[in-house]
Amino acid sequence: MSRKWLRFIPAVFVVLLVGALVWRIVNPPDTNVESGMIGKPVPAFAATSALPGKSALTSTDLADGHAKLVNFFASWCVPCIGEAPLLDELKKQGVAIVGIAVRDRPEDLRRFLADNGDPFTRIGSDPQSRLQLAFGSAGVPETFVVDGRGIIRQQHIGPIEPQDVPDLAAAVRDAQ
Amino acid sequence: MIAEAGLAALWLAASLALLQLILAFAPASAGGGSAPVRSIAMVQGALTLFAMAMLMWVFARTDLSVLLVAENSHTAKPWLYKFAGAWGNHEGSMLLWVTILGVAGSALAMFSRRMDERTLTAALGAQGALALGFFAFLLFSSNPFTRLNPPALEGRGLNPLLQDPGLVFHPPTLYLGYVGLSVAFSLAVGALVTGRVDSALAKAIRPWVLGAWIFLTLGITAGSYWAYYELGWGGWWFWDPVENASLMPWLAATALLHSVNVLAARDSLRAWTVMLAMVAFSMSMVGTFLVRSGILTSVHAFAVDPRRGTFLLALLALYVGAAFVLFALRSGKLAEGPRFELVSREAALVGNNLLLTVILGIVFLGTLYPLFVEALTGTKLSVGAPYFDRVAGPLALILAVLVCVGPLLNWRRDSGERLKRLAVPALAGVTVLVIAFIVLPGAGLLSRVGLGVAAMLGIAAFLPLFGRRLRRTPLTTWAMVVAHFGVAVAIVGMAASTLLTKEVLIAARPGEQVSVGPWLIEFRSVTPTAGANWTALEAELRASSGGGVSVLKPQQRFYTSPPTETTEAAIETVPGGQLYTVLGKPAGDGRWQLRLWWKPLVTLIWLGGALIGLGGALALGGRTWRGFRKARQR
Repeated sequence: MSRKWLRFIPAVFVVLLVGALVWRIVNPPDTNVESGMIGKPVPAFAATSALPGKSALTSTDLADGHAKLVNFFASWCVPCIGEAPLLDELKKQGVAIVGIAVRDRPEDLRRFLADNGDPFTRIGSDPQSRLQLAFGSAGVPETFVVDGRGIIRQQHIGPIEPQDVPDLAAAVRDAQ
Repeated sequence: MIAEAGLAALWLAASLALLQLILAFAPASAGGGSAPVRSIAMVQGALTLFAMAMLMWVFARTDLSVLLVAENSHTAKPWLYKFAGAWGNHEGSMLLWVTILGVAGSALAMFSRRMDERTLTAALGAQGALALGFFAFLLFSSNPFTRLNPPALEGRGLNPLLQDPGLVFHPPTLYLGYVGLSVAFSLAVGALVTGRVDSALAKAIRPWVLGAWIFLTLGITAGSYWAYYELGWGGWWFWDPVENASLMPWLAATALLHSVNVLAARDSLRAWTVMLAMVAFSMSMVGTFLVRSGILTSVHAFAVDPRRGTFLLALLALYVGAAFVLFALRSGKLAEGPRFELVSREAALVGNNLLLTVILGIVFLGTLYPLFVEALTGTKLSVGAPYFDRVAGPLALILAVLVCVGPLLNWRRDSGERLKRLAVPALAGVTVLVIAFIVLPGAGLLSRVGLGVAAMLGIAAFLPLFGRRLRRTPLTTWAMVVAHFGVAVAIVGMAASTLLTKEVLIAARPGEQVSVGPWLIEFRSVTPTAGANWTALEAELRASSGGGVSVLKPQQRFYTSPPTETTEAAIETVPGGQLYTVLGKPAGDGRWQLRLWWKPLVTLIWLGGALIGLGGALALGGRTWRGFRKARQR
């Protein structure tokens, strides 16, 4: 009988199963959810200014020929306080940074910027997290590298750490 | 001293397991009968049981010099949870697993009388090999008896979600099911080694499958109800990887339960039955691995420790791999059993087996597909309820229709004469189906068809009793009727609660009234309250639906050790269904989020599950009684 090979089917299943499980143990799941927007143009939007006296932000501002960082932050976000000095550092190195304030109130935001510095050329308001979702971002703080044509190049999930500063500055330079 | 006694018992049991394995397969003992191996298996089981008892003792005394107790218990915990806390953690639950494995091995050694000696010896050897690996896992990477020096001043407490009477029974019940299947696995391995797959083997396997299957059925049913009221989502099945891990052995065991009857009665389906016996316990091990390694994201993912995961995976690969290689090499030598015709009891049971196996394959694929895809392409995706419902649901309904037919057929060949009796149930099914389509246009197709199928099965399940003298009908026939009727009841519950559930989510001030389904609910107040180791905000809801008024008190609970918040749903059960209420967060300006569900007939899901389990118990009782009577006549 040529059906002898059928008897090996369960054993083959076992090999597949064990192989997949071994792979999972060797490559533990990455809990960060990467944006599906990387490599794509920023979604068209027009955000009102998050703070009186500060410029508003639209998608055309992100395609003005200059690469920049788009930083999603909020005054209620504790890790955002931690990364604020590093954003200032990046600004000193000549990196252009725009902000998007997620679910924030002007009076809170003013106090936050007064306490922690304001590296942003523009701050758009995102009262319902719609813009954040459109960028494929799942939390604050998150920072995107957007090139001069308005295409999202890179995503940084979580607060910027000191060792990330040179990489982000280089990424912005490369995206120019 | 108690902890050390437990540890010593574990080491001793592990060395006995090694001896059991060696003696069973050593050529010298081939002619010596099974007596020495049997005795060793019994002592090994007793020692493991002793170790488990010692662990429960240190938990009962809250001995904080034992690391496991300090990490998972607390002096202020209610005594019931101190006791159950022994298995509410990784190490303790693995010890419970091994205890059941050891005790099952002893029971096999003690009660198998009418079996082929060589097959039994080989099966006990396989059981010893299984035990040995899991002893090694306990002793080398999950020792429950590790001391803490100096002792902790206070324990860290038990996860509040687990502080529920459900915890006391849910893991042991499921484990009895999971590990009970190990005996079927070992017997199948033994039979492959000796090449004797016959109806005597089927009769030896049957009580084990039946017993394990009863516990699995009850464990899954209880787990579903526990998740339903404790997690506060109001759902009863989430297709969560760990739920699937308990469903897969159940599906395999259900198929095995039916095919083992064919083997016992007709000596057919030999290789197939042996394979199912191996698949069933393999699925149990996969389930244990998924839960204990925590590698799949799940509400059940407790211990995330790659080293333990690797150890368990190595055991899994070793046992399952060896078993199926043995199957591939030896099953070809098994002679084919007697033939049967297309319209016969055997053919219907083969249909049952194929459908159950395909459903098992669907659940298996759905659970692991994201893993395969990510490993091969790097793409992350998740498989959710829509896939399982859409693919497994229709097959389950086809199976339910087959359940109407199968019991009416004779063994070997059948004229189909008795199938005419299906006219009444079929008519009832079609009527319900038509009504469902008229009354509920646009609702879920699967659920509406489900109602029709359930109506048919609900009546057809009783047909095997038709024309029989009920008092002389064997208990096993009653068992089948009850279990199959339970399937119909559960389907009605699932379909009706899916089709008819009403949900309301509002922000309400005390004093306001809300209506959901037939209920009018008055939101009276929110007041603080406290229990032994928690404080809570408790809402008072007065619900009425024509009759009297019932008071429901859903809570937002805050536990202090460890600090955790939980929602405690309040549920009012009436004959027509359940009113399910959850108190959410304050919504500002004195309003509170309230989540209210009216779930008609939802209780039938678990009632159906209980009936299926009861059917299993009747069958086991009937078989045991019959065996007992035969033994006395001799």
